Amino acid sequence: MLRNRLVIASLRNGRQLKRRMPLDRVISLVLLLTALTAISGLAVITFFIFREGLPLIMKIGVKDFIMSDQWRPSERSFGILPMIVGSLAVTLGAVAIGLVFGLGCAILLTQFCPPRIAAIIKPAIELLAGIPSVVYGFMGLILLVPLIRDYIGGPGLSILASSIVLGIMVLPTVTSISVDALKAVPRSYREGSLALGATEWQTTHMVQIKAAKSGILAAFILGMGRAIGETMAVIMVSGNAAAFPKSILDPVRTLTSNIALEMSYASDKPKGESHRNALFATGVVLFVIIMILNTVALYVSKRRSRGGGK
Amino acid sequence: MQSKRVIQALFAALIVAISAAAILDTAGCSRSKGGKRVSLIGSTSLQPFVEMLAEEFNAGQSEIYVEVQGGGTTAGLQAVDDGIADIGMCSRGLKPEEKYTSFDIAYDGIAVVVNNQNHVSGLTRSEIADMFVGKITDWSKVGQGGRGPVRLITREEGSGTREAFTKLVMEAAFDDGLKKLKKPYKDPATMPADIREKIQRYEAAKPRISLYAITEPSNGSVKALVTGDPAAIGYMSLGQVGKEVRALTVDGVVPSAATVHNKSYPLVRPFLFIVKDKPTAEAQKFIDYVYSKPAQDMLEKKGLVRRSDDTEATSHAAK
Repeated sequence: MLRNRLVIASLRNGRQLKRRMPLDRVISLVLLLTALTAISGLAVITFFIFREGLPLIMKIGVKDFIMSDQWRPSERSFGILPMIVGSLAVTLGAVAIGLVFGLGCAILLTQFCPPRIAAIIKPAIELLAGIPSVVYGFMGLILLVPLIRDYIGGPGLSILASSIVLGIMVLPTVTSISVDALKAVPRSYREGSLALGATEWQTTHMVQIKAAKSGILAAFILGMGRAIGETMAVIMVSGNAAAFPKSILDPVRTLTSNIALEMSYASDKPKGESHRNALFATGVVLFVIIMILNTVALYVSKRRSRGGGK
Repeated sequence: MQSKRVIQALFAALIVAISAAAILDTAGCSRSKGGKRVSLIGSTSLQPFVEMLAEEFNAGQSEIYVEVQGGGTTAGLQAVDDGIADIGMCSRGLKPEEKYTSFDIAYDGIAVVVNNQNHVSGLTRSEIADMFVGKITDWSKVGQGGRGPVRLITREEGSGTREAFTKLVMEAAFDDGLKKLKKPYKDPATMPADIREKIQRYEAAKPRISLYAITEPSNGSVKALVTGDPAAIGYMSLGQVGKEVRALTVDGVVPSAATVHNKSYPLVRPFLFIVKDKPTAEAQKFIDYVYSKPAQDMLEKKGLVRRSDDTEATSHAAK
């Protein structure tokens, strides 16, 4: 039917239309190529990581690689369990902080804040997202680490320091997605609840947040994804000790820090089972963890949207 | 309307042109208009000293431009392997399987440093080894008024300083013990099975630096950490110690350029320039400069020990 309309239009203004139809096709082709390039970039990276990392995991054995706690590359001993624990500990801490403060900010901005103050807070939080991670790491090293060392205990370089720094870094992400989720709740919910006699806070936590749950969960998982991938800031404040932490004041090494610290001198011989292959294998593990996170996020949000978000 | 667009487009083009000119100009500024570059990559122990020499060298002539980067000893060797660096900076002796040509440019001690507030003033090599293995965990165990938990600070695995420290401190006693075990049996084939087993078990118990140690990627960051933490102990290049941290006496010997020179201080390692086979002509010119008296005087003034005049370039490939 569209075609007929186009043909008719060409009768009225023949020159214009003749130029548009092939142009449409060309443009859509160009856009398709652009999208394919982006996807192929991802495919190439995935392929490369697995090609370099998988043979080493196969050679050592999945169990030995993931479950061993001895990371001593000079002795060809590659066990990454302490780093997995480190990554998870730091990420959980970061997400806890990010969620508490980020969700709090979001609720403040959407429910309780007068618009004039919101106009100051919102851009300030968004500015946080623009600060480079190395600056966060530097601030953490100069300000936070001595504070923890002198007033709380331990060397200062710790899970606690990493979690705080990362928590502040994921704050803007969590806040803005939570704000969007809360704003998307229909006004009728809020008005109905207030009309039934609930207070503002009761409305917020019994109605609004429940309704926005899937969006807030998405914020949570996106924050987690950002935290688990962060490298520079973590290297500067985490202490990089490749051993199991016994408390949040102990230093840890994350999977990302491991790769970044050793990348410059990891040799690539013997082929297939070298130090460099072991770092790629660490990348494979990271990849798998992030894939699991994303799949869970997708599944949860699909279930929510199908179930009607109750 | 049309003219507004045109003006905007011209303005944008002007900005792009100015930025491009500025970038190209500063890039060309560094003498590479026909000048040759020599790039050195490697040990953070050598880095500040070589940077100082490079500045002098660059100021004194304009055909060659020397640039210096850190990254650690092993990163430097990798860079030489890959052809990225003209010279690798190495802060330990080469291993027999490493086939490079090396030029020794100075000698440096490894200082074992503690915070200025730490009461401990000296340790024996075995005490230091026991601390870094993780056997001694409290400062009170070494007397001298020390208190509190020991916090270990180490370098990353690719560091030449770490390798030298491991060899000279951790493995010193171990190597002696292994040699004693192997000595009666000149021919390994004549070794009885139980001795062979004993040696295997001994080798498996080689003392290694504890995995609980905080890992830092450079001399500077080790020093910064020890400066701030009263419980910390770390090791770093003696030439970079300064006043912010205290270098312990090792086996009773005070670390200084003098004791490094007369070999009474036990923790000494060579500073080497490494090339694959032969240095490029420009690299050779810089090496010649570093060998010259004014350069060696400068290094000595900064706390290193000058190279002795009868050593020459050694090539491991010849062996």
